[in-house]
Parts: sequence; C-alpha cells; structure tokens
Amino acid sequence: MATEKELIARRVAQELQDGDVVNLGIGLPTLVSNYLPKDVHITLQSENGILGMGGLCESGTEDKDCVNSGNQHVNVLPGACYFDSCTAFGIIRGGHVDATILGALQVDETGTLASHIVPGKMVPGMGGAMDLVVGAKKVIIATTHTVKGAPKLLKKVTLPPTAVNKVNLIVTELAVIEVTAEGFLLKEIAGNTTVEEVQRLTEAELIVDADLKTIEL
Amino acid sequence: MKNKIVTVEEAMSHIHDGDTVMIGGFMACGTPEILVDGIVKKEIRELHVIANDSGIPGRGIGKLISAKAIKSITASHIGLNPETGAQMVNGELEVELVPQGSLAEKIRAGGAGLGGVLTPTGVGTDVENGKQKITLAGVEYLIEMPLKADVALIRGSIVDKAGNVYYNATTKNFNPCMATAAKTVIVAAEKIVEVGELDPNQVMTPAIFVDYIVGGEV
Repeated sequence: MATEKELIARRVAQELQDGDVVNLGIGLPTLVSNYLPKDVHITLQSENGILGMGGLCESGTEDKDCVNSGNQHVNVLPGACYFDSCTAFGIIRGGHVDATILGALQVDETGTLASHIVPGKMVPGMGGAMDLVVGAKKVIIATTHTVKGAPKLLKKVTLPPTAVNKVNLIVTELAVIEVTAEGFLLKEIAGNTTVEEVQRLTEAELIVDADLKTIEL
Repeated sequence: MKNKIVTVEEAMSHIHDGDTVMIGGFMACGTPEILVDGIVKKEIRELHVIANDSGIPGRGIGKLISAKAIKSITASHIGLNPETGAQMVNGELEVELVPQGSLAEKIRAGGAGLGGVLTPTGVGTDVENGKQKITLAGVEYLIEMPLKADVALIRGSIVDKAGNVYYNATTKNFNPCMATAAKTVIVAAEKIVEVGELDPNQVMTPAIFVDYIVGGEV
C-alpha cells in the first residue's frame, strides 16, 4: 500500500517534461524523481550549486565535498556541473528552471504560498524558497490536502506569505488543482473520494472542471 | 612575493571583537573549520556573522553559536541548528533572515561596487519591511543593499602560495562571492601548492582578493 506521500510524488512526476530543469524542495518533493516515466529525463538543479544531480550516495561512496541543499551526500550524473551561489540563484531567479516542486504550509486561491514560517513556533528561514517560487517557470506544490484534519488550501493564507500569486498547480493525495485567475480549478480527484469530500476538506471554493478526471497513477 | 601563509593564531590577530565576518559554506560544506575553531579558541566575541546558515550543532558556524561568539547573524536559514533558534528566542542572538538568492547578490554587490540590487524576490512578504520598492517596466522590485564585511573566512580546496583558489564540487557556494566583499580575506586551504601549479583555467578566486592563507584544513 503506497503512502500518501508516494501517491502525491507519483502524480507530480507526470507533470514533468523530457528535458526539464527541475529544482526539488526538501522532503516529499525529493521523492518525485523516483517516479519519472521511462522516456522523461530531467536535469535536477540543487541551489547549493549543482546541475545534473544524481541520487543519494550509498554508504561508503560519499564525497565529503558534494552535498545537496539538504546537506545529504549525493552523486552527480555525466555532464553535471558545479557553480557558486550567485550562479545558482541566477539560474533560479533568471527563469532558467522549468519547474520547482515544493511543500506548503498553506496555499490560497490566488496562488499565494506560505511555507517558511510559523511565527513563534517554527522560524527556520526561507532559504532558497522565495527565490524559487518567484523565478521558476512553473511552481508545483506537493502537499497533503489537510494537516490534522484542517484544510491547507485556503481562501487567503493566514501565515506570512513566502511568495504572492506564484503557485501554478497543487497536487495532493485527493486532488489535482490548477490555480487560475478565477480561483482553484479542480482538474482531477482520487478514485477513492468525491468532489463533495474534496470540497469539504478545502476552505476555498473549488471550480469543478467540465472535464474532471480521476487521478491515474 | 609577499608571504601570505600564516598560522591560525596569526590569522586570528586580524579578527576582533565586534567585527562583521562573512563565513563561506552551505550547512558546513565548504566552511573553513580551522578558522571557526580559531575564533572559538581565542574567545572572540560579539561578532556579526553573514553566512548562508548557522551550520549544524558541532560543525561549521554551529560551533560559533555554541561558543556564544555571535551577537547577530544575517542568514537565509537557521532551521538545521536548533541552538540558533533557542538563542534567538531567549534574546541572546539577533537573527536577520534574507532570501538565499538575495543574500548572494547583496554580497556580490558589496564586492562589485554596486549600489544595490533590484530583485522581485520577497515582494509582498515580510522581507520587504523597511526596504525601498521600485517599479520598472510594470514589475515591482525590492532594493536590496550591498553587504560588506571586515573579514571573510573562506575555504579553498587547492590554494597556490599567491592566493589563487580552486573550490571542489559543492564547496564553492558562497565562498567565491564572499572573497570579494571583505577588507581582509583569510582562506583555509585543504592543499597549498606552489605558484604555477594551479592551472589558470581552474582558478575561481583570483589571488588579489586573498590576504592570508592558512594550511591544514581537512
């Protein structure tokens, strides 16, 4: 039985196109590269200075000088390159990353994302998230639909925003939702739920796509 | 040729209580550990540190946090070091959080003689508090001011005796940029080679930026 996170990662993987340059956030998003379709090859960017990142190193094969942005030892693929932080964020901010996949604390119907701070509780800092959400051509949020039963997809974020009006697509274990000028457009739902149930677990109103589909994994 | 090679103790004579210090590295990868250890040993205090993050406990800048050598830190992320958050909450440490890409460009601006940087990053967020905004061609930008330091502490994988630096793999990160933005630049070298041994094509920080070289970095 696949976990919720695996289901989300598998669906997000379908969004990536052959040849895309992709930056994956820490946590759930890093699972996405495990589920790419066979004919889709992407170039992974890591904001600490890698294009062409491979996978995590097996124990005993680590290079002390080569880590990903989560400080895990990684290997790189043939054709990879390293660069400094200015270049890393020139790539990101300059629109040279096709897609970034990030987690979220909250997302609202205007595409505003809150992911980096819970005042008084969690103050880790934004790291590279603000630049990624502003600069990537496509911002995909990979998140569970609710947290402890409470909706994460809101009319308006209540936590401090990480970036305003930048999210394009939200993939949860229950639904695939596109952020449009009119609001949340429900494109797909999971086979084990209903439109009514997804709406019940979503604070903002959902516009149901005329061509609503079932999520196929 | 001026001899730039010094001991850790000699290097520490160029860092003083209250200095602004840039420290290279990304979660301790590429951080000059022997220079961090030197600060701890000499008990230098009240530093203002500019760095990507506050390291992890027991490594990199984490050691300066534990030693309470830092009065304030400008960084993009402190989440992997719980001690930083604890010191911030109890008022021992001031933390200014800056988006990572903006931090890099602020440092680059400091080293490159620019008056500031216009960036869309942070518009509409808490990051814009206290900053000027400007709209150009219909796009809103924040004006991010340059950052400079008294001292930059850098880690080089191979350094020649003139001070040319090569950084291996992901140890580059903030190091080359910071090497341009401080009055005094100290490089901890994993390997020191004779002048001429480092291929000019491999040089990532030109020697003119480097004031002192300390060997023995691992």
